[in-house]
Amino acid sequence: MIRESMIMKIHYATALGSVALVVIHVLFRLTQNFHDSLKFDNVITNYSLLPYSILLELILILISIHGFNGLRVILLELNQGQKYETIITYGCLASMIALITYGSRTILMTSMGMI
Amino acid sequence: MAAIKIHEENDQNVKSIAADIKPKNKILFKITKFNPHVDTHMKYVDYDVEYEHWNTVLDALLMIKHKVDPSLALRYSCRQASCGSCGMMINDKPSLACFTKINELGSDVVKIEPMSNFPILRDLAVDFTQMFNTHKKLKPYIIRSDSEISQSNEIKEFSQDPDSVEKYIQFANCIKCGLCNSACPTMATDSSFMGPQALTQAYRYVSDDRDKGKNTRLKIIDERHGIWRCHFAGSCSKVCPKGVDPAMGIQFLRSYLLGFRD
Amino acid sequence: MNKQHNNRIGIKAWLNPWRYGIERFAYWLMRITGVGLLVYFIMHIYETSSILDGKEIWNKMLDLTQTPEGHLILVLVIGMSTFHTINGIRIMLGHGGIGVGKASRPDYPYAPKSQNMKNKLCIYASIGLAALAMLYSVEVMFGE
Repeated sequence: MIRESMIMKIHYATALGSVALVVIHVLFRLTQNFHDSLKFDNVITNYSLLPYSILLELILILISIHGFNGLRVILLELNQGQKYETIITYGCLASMIALITYGSRTILMTSMGMI
Repeated sequence: MAAIKIHEENDQNVKSIAADIKPKNKILFKITKFNPHVDTHMKYVDYDVEYEHWNTVLDALLMIKHKVDPSLALRYSCRQASCGSCGMMINDKPSLACFTKINELGSDVVKIEPMSNFPILRDLAVDFTQMFNTHKKLKPYIIRSDSEISQSNEIKEFSQDPDSVEKYIQFANCIKCGLCNSACPTMATDSSFMGPQALTQAYRYVSDDRDKGKNTRLKIIDERHGIWRCHFAGSCSKVCPKGVDPAMGIQFLRSYLLGFRD
Repeated sequence: MNKQHNNRIGIKAWLNPWRYGIERFAYWLMRITGVGLLVYFIMHIYETSSILDGKEIWNKMLDLTQTPEGHLILVLVIGMSTFHTINGIRIMLGHGGIGVGKASRPDYPYAPKSQNMKNKLCIYASIGLAALAMLYSVEVMFGE
């Protein structure tokens, strides 16, 4: 079983990493006209840039880990019991993996032009 | 304390107890009464209390107990914030009854409830078993292999310079009153959390340079309901009556686990 | 042991930020913004995945989200993320024992050194900067 200190170190690292990357992500939108930045063709162009796709993938992974671990912490503090805690721990892990998979599918398929 | 009056629930017949000294102030005490073996719900009983400006909440409670309601259950001992027995919720804030003057509350009503986050034994007396067990679990004593008590009857002294004492003396002030655990938001929902009292005492010994049990204690606190469930809300430090500042001790303790300290 | 006997405050202790000072308020806000941001993040992943269904569906999704209400949610998200970031950094430093004061012999009236002005200012700054970020985003989204 992974120690709680290791989980929380990952929690802090993912927080710092996602802050840095989200800033780039937001600035990317602001470099274009805000209202034009979401136009279909502009979004497709952005996805076709490999570094930008990698950036989105990293943000997806980092925030998913950070967010679902945060949720796990809140839910573990809300209620206790072996069965409940096991469900919460694995439930959050499964949700995190599901969200990363779902988001990665979008990033991968769009960046490869599979739409 | 001069005189006291009681009216319970809707009882209009207010009983007055003779006063020897001319009363200075009047205040209403709303006190929780609850016997878990009999009652299903807590109830508040109102007592009109006349007090002098030097009276503490404990003075008033003892006056009520002695002259009006002997069944009122509360725990107290030293009356000088040294024993940590008389912790309770006073106007929704965990406080020591002996360390809280009535006139400093700035209120016409004093609401007295048992300390939250502790099981109720009766009325204002709460059960400290879990807190003391957690405290013991974190080994609140000097750990080292060359014990001062040896087989050869040789008395050993572990000397320490005054600067080293300053590093932990603040945390050694803890009187185990439980107010910090009562104010802690995690303790409010997490029945397995170690709590600020025990975690701070773990740091008290870790920061003592005579102690060699740091790694043992760090291993104990590094678990699911250990130190990581503290979110530095600082409420523990706000209510500590002895200036222990548990939030500071806990963050220092955690900094070992994060690699900020050796 | 029934709830009354147990006497734990329960979730009410989390939801009431008005006791124990600004630090407890920051704790409350940190939780609320954390949960809010996670909900937004999941919605954002779902919303952007509509690009896989082609231009028409993407535009339909934009019609749904790029509305004044949608922009208001975005403004709120920007405020929440700004506060969560700055206060998060304060908490991380605190967890590392940085900025929480120095242990010393306590003197009456025992003002806790861990709740020092640096920490309080940082909380006020995180709230203030979140407000500024929200104002800026209002300008960007609702301007022109």
